[in-house]
Amino acid sequence: MTAATLGALASHWMRNRVQFLTLVVGLALATALWSGVQAINAEARASYDAAAAALGEGRLDQLVPANGETMPQERFIALRRAGWLVSPVVEGRLRAGTSTLRLVGIEPLTVPVGAAASAALANTDLAGFLEADTLMAGPEAADVLRGALPNPVIVDASIASGTVIADIGVAQELLDRGGRISRLVVSPVQPLRQRPLAEVAPDVVLQRADGASDVGRLTDSFHLNLTAFGFLSFAVGIFIVHGAIGLAFEQRRGMVRTLRALGIPLDRLIVLMILELVVLALLAGGIGILLGYLVAAVLLPDVAATIRGLYGADVAGTLQIRPVWWLSGLAMAVGGALVAAASALWRLSRMPILASAGGRAWAVASGRGRSIQAAAALFLLAAAGGLAVMGAGLVAGFAILACLFLGGALALPLCLAVILKTGQDRSSGVLPQWFWADSRQQLPGLSLALMALLLAMAANVGVSTMVSSFRLTFTGFLDQRLSAELYVDAAGVDDRAALERFLDTRADEIQPILSVETELAGLPAELYGARIGRTYRENWRFLAAEADVWDRVADGEAVIVNEQLSRRAGLGLGDRLAAAPGLALPIAGIVGDYGNPIGQAIVSETLFRQAYPAVSAARFGLRTDNPEALRRALVDEFGLPSSSIIDQAAIKRFSLSVFERTFSVTEALNVLTLAVAAFSILMSLLTLAAMRLPQLAPVWAMGVTQRRLAGLEVLRTVLLALLTAVLAIPLGLLLAWVLLAVVNVEAFGWRLPMFLFPLEYGRLILLTLAAALLAASWPAWRLSRMAPASLLKVFAHER
Amino acid sequence: MLLEIDDITKSYPGPDGPVPVLRGVTLALGLGESLALTGESGSGKSTLLHLVAGLDGADSGRILLDGADVTALDDRGRAALRRTKVGIVFQQFNLIPSLDIAANIAFQARLGGAPDAERTAGLTKALGLEPHLRKYPEQLSGGQQQRVAIARTLAASPRLILADEPTGNLDEKTSDEVMDQFLALVAETGAALLMVTHSPRLAAKLGRHAHLSQGRLA
Repeated sequence: MTAATLGALASHWMRNRVQFLTLVVGLALATALWSGVQAINAEARASYDAAAAALGEGRLDQLVPANGETMPQERFIALRRAGWLVSPVVEGRLRAGTSTLRLVGIEPLTVPVGAAASAALANTDLAGFLEADTLMAGPEAADVLRGALPNPVIVDASIASGTVIADIGVAQELLDRGGRISRLVVSPVQPLRQRPLAEVAPDVVLQRADGASDVGRLTDSFHLNLTAFGFLSFAVGIFIVHGAIGLAFEQRRGMVRTLRALGIPLDRLIVLMILELVVLALLAGGIGILLGYLVAAVLLPDVAATIRGLYGADVAGTLQIRPVWWLSGLAMAVGGALVAAASALWRLSRMPILASAGGRAWAVASGRGRSIQAAAALFLLAAAGGLAVMGAGLVAGFAILACLFLGGALALPLCLAVILKTGQDRSSGVLPQWFWADSRQQLPGLSLALMALLLAMAANVGVSTMVSSFRLTFTGFLDQRLSAELYVDAAGVDDRAALERFLDTRADEIQPILSVETELAGLPAELYGARIGRTYRENWRFLAAEADVWDRVADGEAVIVNEQLSRRAGLGLGDRLAAAPGLALPIAGIVGDYGNPIGQAIVSETLFRQAYPAVSAARFGLRTDNPEALRRALVDEFGLPSSSIIDQAAIKRFSLSVFERTFSVTEALNVLTLAVAAFSILMSLLTLAAMRLPQLAPVWAMGVTQRRLAGLEVLRTVLLALLTAVLAIPLGLLLAWVLLAVVNVEAFGWRLPMFLFPLEYGRLILLTLAAALLAASWPAWRLSRMAPASLLKVFAHER
Repeated sequence: MLLEIDDITKSYPGPDGPVPVLRGVTLALGLGESLALTGESGSGKSTLLHLVAGLDGADSGRILLDGADVTALDDRGRAALRRTKVGIVFQQFNLIPSLDIAANIAFQARLGGAPDAERTAGLTKALGLEPHLRKYPEQLSGGQQQRVAIARTLAASPRLILADEPTGNLDEKTSDEVMDQFLALVAETGAALLMVTHSPRLAAKLGRHAHLSQGRLA
């Protein structure tokens, strides 16, 4: 009985191949985008973990310099003598040919167990590693090293992408940091008696392990955004699947009635239909995972560049097949198919055995559910409003987005029905009247595809508004901040005072860039010391400031904070901030600070130097009328390497290129989601084309030519797409507002102003209309070329 | 003569080559006349009706309708013919589900560019459809839907009415009621009626009777 029933059920798909294709392709596309994003996330997270594990970061306590980036190697010796089991590490960027790698120098004899480096060393000939200037790296980095450096290279796949491990002496030589170390890794097992840290090394602070890598935490928001996008794409795909399954179930009502009449119990039938669905979902999910792998492989290099640009973290540029994402892809495919089929299965379970076998119930059921749909839409939109007013946190931000998306999608058919009814009431000609009425009739069949289009378009409008607003703000921000004509990197200069004296007479204004990483208001932050001159006064724009802000900061009476610190610490103008030990100042200004994940505070140079006398400026911004002459003077007269001088245009170019790559992934996903929606329309039209014949044949029989009917079919699709696109604009703008005012603030700590881009929206609408035209053309062409015999079959079926 | 069918043949492709459906049918019908076309299933009754309506093309022969050669018309010409001179009543009504009854009744007349509100109102009243004008087809019974289909056809004032088993979906009592109304109204218009039916009882109600057997008039 089971085999016969399954055979009967499967025969439906054999006779409705377009529907089968819609179901499988819809589910495969949905799974592809979801698992593609998951693959990228899994790869990135694995890279962070490997990078963090290389130093036991996140797992082991560390001693880091209180000021500056390095400390003398003597601290290591002093601490070991005082009973501290620590291991020195020097870390920096190593230039190898055209690439830059992260070089980590370790001391193999003291490196604590638990760090990945210790595991890598366990497989290595230690004497060889120590004697021959050997470097250890993963396969990709090893290839880079071999062509660029003479050192022998050991390949170890467990080493994080873009990371090279070497003996500390070798690393110090390669990084030109003789006698300096970056940090000390603290062994988890320590002797009971130790001299206090403050006594042995007062310029060193203990950084406690917190179980997670810093970079992993920093990039969480980015990956959450990607996940949200993946989920949106999945939702768009599920709309397609829901449509295909709903239609298939309705078309099989007759078969179900017959099977039940022949003695197959309803519960058995439902179980078999679920089984059939699971098999289809696994098949489509498998295809989707393959496609997802391709999507991820194409997008991963851009994601890696984005994460490097934003957070300085290295992610491998090649993809590995990890169970975490392909299993989640299959689970989503099966889960999504079952969710999409839930209402159809429920209706089937309630269907009386002698119920009408007609497929008409498909449209009628939509009509019955209209009031429920309206109530659900209103509830979700109201929930979005309520969350926007009362919610807090990133989860609330995404909940608002979800409510807006779902509420908007559910409201779409109702809005379209009202518009089409108005069109019908206002039209006078017989064909226009039929056209509007018939369009209303088609709405239930097309509404799922139109909902998918609405979601894709709204996401497009929302994200493109956010990105373009960000771009506009970021460009203006760069103009404000990068006002100096030249920037000098003084890292390699021994006598920085001499450099400053040299510049005094040659530059119009010198901006020493003094900074320390510290904690402000209990949060990780950077404190800057600024020499307040005309550049700051003329160029910087505040989000909020008191009238005499620069004077007060210059006089050492106030501090400026960035938006991130202000929001995260809940600090406003006039609130006092402990900028350094014994230095609490009122906040006189809050500045926007885009592209920076952590908080910042700015005090006057004088106050900074008093608080941190050991810190000297690592970089200088120079104002000059003749940048080229100043550059020549620095190179020829002072002897500064030309690579240490960067002009403003180069920094802006670099920053903007990082920006563009940052959003290239988002935009790629945007386009893919829109493509899925266009596919959804095409498939809906193809599916409906067969069902349309009984509606079109009588009109044809009454004297409207096939060509004209085909033209009206195209016009209807384009009209519905246009109406959907127009309705998607306000929804998209609401999404943009939520992204800018809620999600970004929670994820990155800054709020961007929202700009409108009518030309971009117009272009998107045209693109959508073109897609709809393309999708409608094929079924319409088939209709116009259809042999009369096919139309006559409609009447022939009556006997 | 309003309708002259001259030696019409038609075949459809089958797995073993063309299957002849009509094998040289000739008949004529004048204005005000009614003809019942009977025959077993597959005898070619509906095919002949479709050819006359210009819904399909003949293999050979000629069909003249009001002096125009239907077989020589292109798609556009045949569509125009159906809008203006021919009315078809289908077995399964084929109403437009998205339009209300009033709009359905007026549909073909408006399509042909000759709406006549007074005539439409008269037909609506005569067929007892007045209480249902704002309803939609799915809200009516089968008999009521067929009355709407009849009203739609007659409201367009066609010169030739083609009816394909118009009451085949109705019970006998309703069928008789609907048919009597239909024939009376057709007679009032003076149009010619060519009706396909299986029922000898219904065929007897029409002026003439022709029987098709294996594609030929018996």
